Amino acid sequence: MELHILLIFMIFAAIVAIEVKDLLSSVIAVGAVGFALCLAFLVLKAPDLAITQLVVEILCLIILIRATINKDLPLVIEGRWVFNALSTLGFIAVFLLFSWLALRELPRFGEPIMEVVKKYLQEGVSKTGAVNIVTAVILDFRAYDTLGEATVLFTSVIGIMAILRKPGRKKKE
Amino acid sequence: MINNPETGMTLIVKTITRLTVGLILLFGIYIILHGHLSPGGGFAGGVIVALSFVHLMLAFGKDVAVSRVSKNLASNLESIGAMMFLLVALLGFLRGSFFLNILAKGSPFNLFSAGTIPLSNIAIGIKVGVGLFAIFLALVVLERSK
Repeated sequence: MELHILLIFMIFAAIVAIEVKDLLSSVIAVGAVGFALCLAFLVLKAPDLAITQLVVEILCLIILIRATINKDLPLVIEGRWVFNALSTLGFIAVFLLFSWLALRELPRFGEPIMEVVKKYLQEGVSKTGAVNIVTAVILDFRAYDTLGEATVLFTSVIGIMAILRKPGRKKKE
Repeated sequence: MINNPETGMTLIVKTITRLTVGLILLFGIYIILHGHLSPGGGFAGGVIVALSFVHLMLAFGKDVAVSRVSKNLASNLESIGAMMFLLVALLGFLRGSFFLNILAKGSPFNLFSAGTIPLSNIAIGIKVGVGLFAIFLALVVLERSK
């Protein structure tokens, strides 16, 4: 029940974020979506994800507000609207097709097939010694995935530093 | 530099920041170190550490924050964190496979337990904290100094 209220609130806030004209109000509406998602994680009993979502949302909000506070960009809507609308509809159709193909194999929401999870829950503490089973999974059983995520973050930092640095060295003439 | 009224926010914000920023940093370190015992872990704790420096920078202006963590120090620590995580991964080869937990497991619910997991948490915490602060520094400082 709480989850449905939160989901309806998130959809409403997302529509507000798209429709509102002011850029700062839009950023704040996006923040409302993020905090509602944090509450939804708490309702679903996932405190690890809730903490991460909360702190990342705060950092993103600070960066977005700091970046948008003096720049109210005008929204450009004229131009090739027929092509834009058609390509948007096409992408939505492709996305829906592939998500239907992928999601029909999944079990229903809230009814996990406890095949992999059962093994982790039974052997997690004895094999890794970590009481927090989420950490045991992401840093021991599935640490290779975490290495990939760390690489993604490293690459993004390098990319941002490379794009936003002061103008590069000029060639000596 | 820290008492310069020209930069940063008002005196009220600066006074509150002086009281709270150390506690925020300490809470981030606590979340990182207790990642294998309680909710949280390297990523969340690292973001909290980055938020404490962002807090410092919003309150006192960019010079104070940059004097604490300069851009070179940030990029060095970022690389050290990534290398440390990879080193923990490669340590597994001493017993046979990648990411094998080779240290002693210890007894559950103790701070020193779970083998290499706390080391991985510390490495990810350093990397994420410094990396996100570097992103914030790049987006806020480097853009303005055209």
